[in-house]
Amino acid sequence: MPSFDSSTSPLVHLQDVHLAFGHNQVLNGIDLQVHRGQAVSIIGPSGSGKSTILRCITGLLKPHSGKIVLGDTDVRALKSEAELTGLRKRVGFVFQQYNLFPHLTVLDNLTLAPIRILGKDKQSAQREARALLERVRLSGKADAYPGQLSGGQQQRVAIARALAMQPELILFDEVTSALDPETVGEVLTVIRQLVDDGMTCLLVTHEMRFAEEISDQVYFTEAGLIVEHGPAERIFSAPESERTRSFLTRALNGDAQAAQQRRNKISFASLPFDRLKFSI
Amino acid sequence: MANDVLTAAVWPRALPAVVAAVLAALLLVVVSGWHPTPLTTALATWFPALLWGMLANIQISVLAIALGTLVGPLLGVLQLSPVTPVRLLASWYVQLFRNAPALILIYFATYVFPFELHLGSHYVNFPDWIKVTLGLALPASANVAELFRGAIGSIPAAQWEAAASLALRRRQIFSWIILPQCLRRMLPPWMNLYATITMSTALASLVGVHDLLDSAQIASTTVNRVDFTIAVYFITLLLFFAYCYPISRLTQYLEKKYAFV
Repeated sequence: MPSFDSSTSPLVHLQDVHLAFGHNQVLNGIDLQVHRGQAVSIIGPSGSGKSTILRCITGLLKPHSGKIVLGDTDVRALKSEAELTGLRKRVGFVFQQYNLFPHLTVLDNLTLAPIRILGKDKQSAQREARALLERVRLSGKADAYPGQLSGGQQQRVAIARALAMQPELILFDEVTSALDPETVGEVLTVIRQLVDDGMTCLLVTHEMRFAEEISDQVYFTEAGLIVEHGPAERIFSAPESERTRSFLTRALNGDAQAAQQRRNKISFASLPFDRLKFSI
Repeated sequence: MANDVLTAAVWPRALPAVVAAVLAALLLVVVSGWHPTPLTTALATWFPALLWGMLANIQISVLAIALGTLVGPLLGVLQLSPVTPVRLLASWYVQLFRNAPALILIYFATYVFPFELHLGSHYVNFPDWIKVTLGLALPASANVAELFRGAIGSIPAAQWEAAASLALRRRQIFSWIILPQCLRRMLPPWMNLYATITMSTALASLVGVHDLLDSAQIASTTVNRVDFTIAVYFITLLLFFAYCYPISRLTQYLEKKYAFV
């Protein structure tokens, strides 16, 4: 587990953040802290506002009240486009649906923003991009288009694209939820490595075992509130809240089933073919 | 290089058409008994005139689609304008000219525009073929507007979000991420539109433009032979086909090529 000094001020600090879409209250007072070099996971049932928290941090959504601070930047005070892009240079974002640019090659996906936004020269941007592709084990795919890659490969390219901006923090929004069970592992391996290298990561995830393994801190959300948070081993072994406990029981059973399926791949043997009836 | 690939992809499949045209020409020669007959002589005499006539069709179609392509995207953007009157006017323009028969628009353009323009003390001719061009540019621009609007709408909002999180500004996202994808998506339907507009140029003869069809009519009445009339219209058909068929083949090729986008 990477070490960090929790006495210094956190890199990300959310305090009493509220957000509603119309009458639908999504965040009801979120408090959250991420220190430099930490890996923090947010877990919880669907629709509990996990992804919304990430979008607020990078300024894609505007909370109605509360405080969001990144380093010494007050995110809610950023109004102009220039101020917002200044923030986004510092924060990487990896999406559930990868969202690569389909008309650009993998290499161009990685170098577009470093060259045009950070003003790097083409050669060094490409050299760094190739090094990143090697890091996510896709060195042979620089000239491929996203549509020619599998979901897991696309997601690893998306991670490399976020890294190419050399952000202080990377937000992962359920990055394995759209993947085939077989390719989840390769993406998790890449993230695990990032965490080991000391990258500050904030993850929204449904992979409970993975969250338990890599996280320094785990936050459990429900209905737009942080129900409880703490070190990963405590949340998973001795949750204080009854709601956390019942969620984890359900989720971990689901995890076990998914893992079982992954081991079996898809076994048709379990289908009762002899008892199926077909009619036209 | 890319051109070679393109030609290679389009022509093998265009071959049946070329073969058919050559065979038809051969048949004509064989039927005529290898000797110059009044029919072949007349065809040889009039063929250059037909080609000259066709130049007018090409000219009109190229200019009309060019105008339409310049104006269309602007209208497409206006249709997305937050200002209601602007949006409504643009939508009405698009709906009106997209859903009108080309012949009516050609008549409309012919009688709405003056036959000459006063520029100070000068009188500038406003020839019929330009009026037809404008008449066809109306539906062309309306259709391009709709293609453009549809293409922009078809790019997932997640692309905007992903680009924004890489610190791109709205204008940069539009021109580097959204627009290139739109253009790729628009290309095949745009070329279909081009073929349609080209075929509509045959209507130009009805308002007195000296085009391919007009040349054919003149040839037919001048020579005044039934077999010649049939042959001349057949050649007219083949000439239009020779112009439009490669466009539609190219469209199919491009559709396949960009299928993964």
